[in-house]
Amino acid sequence: MSALALTWHHARYQLLETVRVPIAVVGMMLFPALALAFFVLPQQEVAQSPTAAAAAVAQLALFAVMSTFTFTYGAGVAEDRALPFDAYVRTLPAGPGARLGGRLVSGLVLGLASLAPLVLLGWLFTAADPGVGRLLLGVATVLVAAVPFLCLGLAIGYGLSTKAALAVAQVVLFPLAFAGGLFLPPQMFPAWLDTLSGFLPSRAGRDVVVQAVLGTGATAQDYVVLAAWTLALGALAVWVYRRDEGRRFR
Amino acid sequence: MHTATSTRTGALPGAPTGTAPGDPVIEARGVTRRFGAVTALDAVDLVVEPGELVGLLGPNGAGKTTLLSLVTGQRRPDAGVVRLFGGDPRDPRSRTRLGTTPQETGLPPTLRVAEVVDFVARHYPDPRPTGALLEEFGLAPLARRQTGGLSGGEKRRLAVALALVGNPELVVLDEPTTGLDVDGRHALWEALLAYHASGGTLVLTSHYLEEVQALAQRVVVVDHGRVLADDGLDAVLARVAMRRVAFRLPPGPLDGAATHARLAALPGVADAVREGDRVDLLASDADEVVRGLVAAGVPFRDLDVRRASLEEAFLTLTRAGGADQEVAA
Repeated sequence: MSALALTWHHARYQLLETVRVPIAVVGMMLFPALALAFFVLPQQEVAQSPTAAAAAVAQLALFAVMSTFTFTYGAGVAEDRALPFDAYVRTLPAGPGARLGGRLVSGLVLGLASLAPLVLLGWLFTAADPGVGRLLLGVATVLVAAVPFLCLGLAIGYGLSTKAALAVAQVVLFPLAFAGGLFLPPQMFPAWLDTLSGFLPSRAGRDVVVQAVLGTGATAQDYVVLAAWTLALGALAVWVYRRDEGRRFR
Repeated sequence: MHTATSTRTGALPGAPTGTAPGDPVIEARGVTRRFGAVTALDAVDLVVEPGELVGLLGPNGAGKTTLLSLVTGQRRPDAGVVRLFGGDPRDPRSRTRLGTTPQETGLPPTLRVAEVVDFVARHYPDPRPTGALLEEFGLAPLARRQTGGLSGGEKRRLAVALALVGNPELVVLDEPTTGLDVDGRHALWEALLAYHASGGTLVLTSHYLEEVQALAQRVVVVDHGRVLADDGLDAVLARVAMRRVAFRLPPGPLDGAATHARLAALPGVADAVREGDRVDLLASDADEVVRGLVAAGVPFRDLDVRRASLEEAFLTLTRAGGADQEVAA
């Protein structure tokens, strides 16, 4: 079996396992839509402004996918590693490429699924109307912009125990999301936070997604910062995976 | 159960590793592995040739599982070299001719039986058809069942079937029949013997003497991270299959060290322990010891003869090993 086919094979089985516990999938799909309903829809000045509403949906979309990635791949992978079957899979003739790649693919598919209810709600109940072309570009950009967080999740999951992974994922995720302007738009930031924010993957990702949806908002620095974080966290994930030996016995 | 495999040959055409037929399947030299302050393996050597049937015997915590985890590429040794088909076991290409089994009964609970087999099968260049494998292990009626709903014995059977799905030349099994009833255990033994008869190499661990006795041709005894014995089954059995002869000696003139030395020197006695009026003798031939006791006129009471546990037998091997070392040093 070619490396590509083996990667898809691993992805397929991870998705199959996830889908067999439907409540986990439903929770993941509803969370971003609920956040929109509770935090954006009540503010009519945001919900009725086509640009502000579109930016709000875009920010939440990135937060939804990035938290899905950080948690399912951080805590989820750490949990899997504690199972004897994971140690067994390591004895099969498959390298880190197939297993990490499989996780990447299944994560992207699940992230995509979690966007559907959010976009539907934004289309029905806000003034956001970027058009089909910009909408599709926005969705694709969210998935790409969230890849650094997928890698971060994998690094946490392969590097830490279940309990530590959950705690670290939380500690890392929420400050990053806030300082990245995913809850409050960066226009409301003080100058120092705006400058600091410019170096974070969450802020760069947010700007790039807003750019895709509205046609404005990102600078060249955003693309450089996002690419640098993707490379750095991707390398970290591969390194952590290679030195991992499954469960530690002491 | 029946195994028919004609495709297994010493060197597959286009095999990624460069072993010629006759090269060792497993080669471990001077392998040491520590976990924190615990030394799980201490300068262990193990070479397994194609077609061998090797049992790794030792009590829990002896280092058997650690040794296998190095061979299957799950861990790296701290010192020494491990080769699998001549390659590094951590290289996936070295593992295309290896079959292993999940420890305990750890299977993904939401996947169906046939799905798990298919998941594993696709990693190998020439897997067995899933249907035939399930048939062979009596799992065909359960193919659509989620593994979380299987009984312990069914899970165990599936786990061992997974080791064979890739048509491997080497199968490594860690405690293959733990938790099985007698029938299940014998059925699995039959399947493993059939695999070996078709030309496969088999390495398994067990802390059941009976299991090693039923399967292995060569036995490697491991304890405290060291190889205590490595020999044919009969030779090791003679050293490990001990009887424990216990009795009481009434207090009196026989209390002294001289008596203890006399008891230890009786023919067939491997080890003698005395606590108060209780005496324990470990021996390979209990009959000979009892005859010796009678002939020497030892006034024993409450005689009790039973099979010694492996742990007790290993204790004597450990002491013997220590003595050898002192002589060597």
